[in-house]
Amino acid sequence: MLEQHLAALPIILPLIAAPIALILGRSVLSWGFATLVSGLAFIFSWQLLAAALSDGVLSYAVGGWAPPWGIELRVDVANAFVLLAVTAISTLVLVYSKDSIEKEVKVANHSLFYTAHLLCLAGLSGILITGDAFNLFVFLEVSSLATYALVSLASDRRCLTAAFRYLVMGTIGATFILIGVGLLYMKTGTLNMLDLAVRMDAYESSRTINTGLAFIMVGVSLKLALFPLHMWLPPAYTHAPSAVTAFLASTATKVAVYVMIRFIFTVFGIDHVFVDMGMGLILMVLAVVAIFQCSYSATVQSNVKSILAYSSVAQIGYMILGLSLVSVAGLMAGMIHIFNHALMKGALFMAVGAVFYRVGSVDIKAFAGLGKRMPLTMAAFTIAGLSIIGVPLTAGFVSKWYLVTAALEQDNWLVAALVLLGSLFAVVYIGRVIEAAYFQKLPDSQGSKNIKEVSWLMLAPMWALVIANVYFGIDTSLTTEAANSAAEWLFQADAMSVSNTQEGQMSDVVVQEVSS
Amino acid sequence: MAEFIDLVLLAMLALTALWIIFLKDLFAVVMLFGIYSFLSALIFVNLDAVDVAFTEASVGAGISTVLMLGTLALTGRQEKERLSTRSKLLPLFVVTLTGAALIYGTLDMPPFGHPDNPVHQHVAPRYIEESPKEVGLPNMVTSVLASYRGFDTLGETVVVFSAFIGVFSLLGVRRKKKKDLESGLESHRVLQVIAKVIIPLVILFALYVQFHGDFGPGGGFQAGVIAAAAFILYALVFGLPKAFAVVGPKFLQWMAAFGVLLYASVGLYSMYKGGNFLDYNQLAADPIAGQHYGIIIIELGVGFTVFAVMLNIFYAFGSQAERSNVQ
Repeated sequence: MLEQHLAALPIILPLIAAPIALILGRSVLSWGFATLVSGLAFIFSWQLLAAALSDGVLSYAVGGWAPPWGIELRVDVANAFVLLAVTAISTLVLVYSKDSIEKEVKVANHSLFYTAHLLCLAGLSGILITGDAFNLFVFLEVSSLATYALVSLASDRRCLTAAFRYLVMGTIGATFILIGVGLLYMKTGTLNMLDLAVRMDAYESSRTINTGLAFIMVGVSLKLALFPLHMWLPPAYTHAPSAVTAFLASTATKVAVYVMIRFIFTVFGIDHVFVDMGMGLILMVLAVVAIFQCSYSATVQSNVKSILAYSSVAQIGYMILGLSLVSVAGLMAGMIHIFNHALMKGALFMAVGAVFYRVGSVDIKAFAGLGKRMPLTMAAFTIAGLSIIGVPLTAGFVSKWYLVTAALEQDNWLVAALVLLGSLFAVVYIGRVIEAAYFQKLPDSQGSKNIKEVSWLMLAPMWALVIANVYFGIDTSLTTEAANSAAEWLFQADAMSVSNTQEGQMSDVVVQEVSS
Repeated sequence: MAEFIDLVLLAMLALTALWIIFLKDLFAVVMLFGIYSFLSALIFVNLDAVDVAFTEASVGAGISTVLMLGTLALTGRQEKERLSTRSKLLPLFVVTLTGAALIYGTLDMPPFGHPDNPVHQHVAPRYIEESPKEVGLPNMVTSVLASYRGFDTLGETVVVFSAFIGVFSLLGVRRKKKKDLESGLESHRVLQVIAKVIIPLVILFALYVQFHGDFGPGGGFQAGVIAAAAFILYALVFGLPKAFAVVGPKFLQWMAAFGVLLYASVGLYSMYKGGNFLDYNQLAADPIAGQHYGIIIIELGVGFTVFAVMLNIFYAFGSQAERSNVQ
């Protein structure tokens, strides 16, 4: 029975679990329950990815109504791949959050935290799996509202202004998406994504549809924090509880990037977006500016969470850059980076959260000398940091490698050089933290003598992500296979003429070089 | 004639919006928001979208106004003049650009109300022609919302539930201590008598809206909001402690969760019966009867959640306001 409903389970499981977690009330109970549910969702999404890789597409008609009359859930390699990353990070963050939340969230609000986390997970899964443009908006609202609640749960009062700012910007983004979907509905009379694509092809060029495209792109850009619409992100990530930041930084914006990919490739079609409307150049310029401007901002922050938050905006730039190259290789690089960046940022924010747990501050001065006091945490930070920089044998290297090859494939030397130059900034901002941790002395105060390593409950998920960073830096078969078939699948509908054999050879070469 | 009415209503809508922007008295602004919602509801009626109009009137003009007034009780009613050094040109530019884009988009719009428009040609005919046979309800809007697109409605119910989680995590509902001032409008004997007469009628109307949603405009969302309004009236006139004695915040918290679970349980049961999630055909031997059962239960779930969430949000605001008054 479960196999039949596999496509629906990652959404409805956390959706139903959320109110139950609220009823359970007790902190430990709802923690255990939420972790269990999230773990089950991870297992199901693993099975979904396996099914999508072997069968192609799984379509599930909710309510038994065939699309376009009812709502269709549609799983292919592209969304199953992102879903796998989202559910994995969610589960690890939940394991991590038990201790972390005790420090950062009031006891009375613990069950609310787990409820909101499950709601957010349900919303993100819904956005990923649905094949219906309006249903996507509904789940976007579910995940957004849960996110605002999560950010505002921190005991630091500054989180309230951050959450409010996030709420205003996020609502504008959601409204823009809704206006866009409404304009499309007006011209097509349907909400199903595939049906929208077919029926939009009937128009040569329509101002209404182009306006709809513009609204959706701006709305999604707000959600994914594309430069210059990213101003809500750094304060939200800085002041939210550490577990929330670890979860959001590695999932929420990634899901928004997926939404952009889905709308461009499945609904509007690449010819329309990139050839007729010329959006490729706009996206590429914004992505490059994001990489440089925000990487630079990251180097001058003193709060380590802010450093990582600005770095996140810069890393989103890399994903959009891959997308804007308009080739299977470029899209594949973007997809790989969605997955890999989730692994690195999750580990980095968890390490910072562990420091906050022990030291009570995330200012760069608080990191002085921690290499000796918290060796495992700082080692995790260092390895994940190397991955952000893109050092060989880490997942970050694989992302950068594919991005550079995708750029060189089009003889775009400028972009390739800019990607490498951008990595130098990462050396600076990660290096500052590592320098403080290993080469500065521990301040001689009474409090600093008592600093010790955090519990295994926080270390285990952190190190699981660190090991994943190294594993996917060496054995790239899962990421490249999934990302490659996802990218090809997305391009298939538009029948781009990139030969499969050439693509296959290239990834073989990379695998060899990386493992040697 | 209909177009003339539309034009007048739209002009009033624009005027109200402008007025809202320039007013500094926030109490008046909230009242104007209510007027704005009622004007929109009238436009929806003129467009023959009575279900939407009903929702707009009960949610937009009704409960939103109450909640915004609750906020004003916490923050104060005058807009504070702020000496802002920021340039106002950029926001103006963004707003103008957005407006221009919207106007540009409408230039190519299908003709207003024409039967050959895409929206009337593709999905809608099946809803109109087949839904009486497939779902068996006279009100097609309910058929679409509760059955064809029932997953969206489940999502919307969860959105309401999430809003509750958000408000609750920020404010929380605190039970009053005995020593605190007795609140409510106890000296207003006339108000109390009238409230006692009105409240049962409002609750009765809410039940009617809840169960009549299959046949006419209405359903769980509107019914939940109307029922919540009745209890809010009670809390306002007789004070929060007495309202807590009738339905307490903890009970409402359970009720909000229960509503979502009730809705989802219909989906789980249909899965257990061998259908897809929320496939009401599986609920009974006769598919039409199954659809009917399914829709009644999910509308109840929606009603429970919306009622509990709206009332609890009011409690949260109310108990905060009382505490600040006491201090």
